Amino acid sequence: ECPGTGSAQAGRAAACQGCPNQGLCAAGAAGPDPAEAAELRARLRAVRHTVLVLSGKGGVGKSTFSALLAHGLAADETKQVALLDIDICGPSIPKMMGLEGEQVHQSGSGWSPVYVEENLGVMSVGFLLSSPDDAVIWRGPKKNGLIKQFLRDVDWGEVDYLIVDTPPGTSDEHLSIVQYLSATHIDGAVIVTTPQEVSLQDVRKEINFCRKVKLPIIGVVENMSGFVCPKCKNESQIFPPTTGGAEKMCQNLNVSFLGKVPLDPQIGKSCDRGQSFLAEAPESPATLSYRNIIQRIQEYCEQRRLQEEKIM
Amino acid sequence: TLAERTNLAGVRHILLVLSGKGGVGKSTLSTELALALRSAGKRVGVLDVDLCGPSIPRMLRVQDSAVHQCDSGWVPVFVGQDKAIALMSIGFLLERPDDAVVWRGPKKNALIKQFVTDVAWGDLDFLIVDTPPGTSDEHISTVEALRPHQLLGAILVTTPQ
Repeated sequence: ECPGTGSAQAGRAAACQGCPNQGLCAAGAAGPDPAEAAELRARLRAVRHTVLVLSGKGGVGKSTFSALLAHGLAADETKQVALLDIDICGPSIPKMMGLEGEQVHQSGSGWSPVYVEENLGVMSVGFLLSSPDDAVIWRGPKKNGLIKQFLRDVDWGEVDYLIVDTPPGTSDEHLSIVQYLSATHIDGAVIVTTPQEVSLQDVRKEINFCRKVKLPIIGVVENMSGFVCPKCKNESQIFPPTTGGAEKMCQNLNVSFLGKVPLDPQIGKSCDRGQSFLAEAPESPATLSYRNIIQRIQEYCEQRRLQEEKIM
Repeated sequence: TLAERTNLAGVRHILLVLSGKGGVGKSTLSTELALALRSAGKRVGVLDVDLCGPSIPRMLRVQDSAVHQCDSGWVPVFVGQDKAIALMSIGFLLERPDDAVVWRGPKKNALIKQFVTDVAWGDLDFLIVDTPPGTSDEHISTVEALRPHQLLGAILVTTPQ
């Protein structure tokens, strides 16, 4: 039985003999050592709330959601928002935020995030590539190293909300971000899915991943949920929820259902153009859905804060 | 090894289905391609190396199947109307379908190597390899393991945006 790559026994237990991962686990490359954890804690001390955006499935709208969550939260100019894109192979955030071609600057206090607004800073491997078509063909350990650097070397400053956009799956990036951020605290994860069973199948795994690593689940968002034709106004299910969709899955798994977001072709267009869909299409039913969901996430974070203060 | 030389020796063409992006329809296309080639009378196999999100078993309606071993390695699951498409996926190795495979790269690499060399495919005209999104461990390991064999090429799938 694998003791777990993050455990103190990682690489050293009897069960580790013969595991191809043994060397890495024993060398601590699988997770942060105490000195590193302390360093990360110091660096992230001024971050009030951290939200991870996950899915098991690709192409369901994680990056779109992360970008709009960041825009939505930053609409309050008194809040400082940070968006960290740890999808190293397919970083979508720079394009979605209109920051393609931007480079990262170094300063005395570390790497400087790229600012979309004064109160909205972004970091992504996309900013480190010389060309947007450069493939980042890295194995796990190198990806982990970059994620650690993002957390340790980026000068985020005082941040009210740190949003972390992740790639699909339950692998190195996900394990690493949870392990490195365990040095501070994560409010929870928002899990994005589309209504069909092929997506839900992967999302159930993600929910189990969260439970396994004790990551609280803020809730599930069902994206691409219905399409309203702009001409005839009829609604179609492009991805029919053949097994009851996300709502039923949430009931079955006792997880909060945050809401449904319909398909709106304007969303994809805004993303391609690097503009905020919420700002470009304020009357769209999708905008209303996003805003409701963002508000629920804010309330969740505030509640947690209040509960913690009560305990203390 | 002898097993390595024989298990893929009977496979005429190996096709990879790739994208950088998730959710564009790789698994859907892999499934439809397999079914179409089979309809055209070809001997077809599908290898699903998406360890975190294996979709092929459900798409071919065999999500509840189990795999067995024989002398030359793992026996694939036979699917399709005439049970003639050979399928191997990590989906079959999970105790419960909702179990997350939370593995780091090195462990994924070990399994992929096994999948490529230890499945008793027999004689196939086409082996279709479905991959997860990205350009990481699974992709590197799959291409490395397949290089000594008849790797025909890759089909890339995308959506318009």
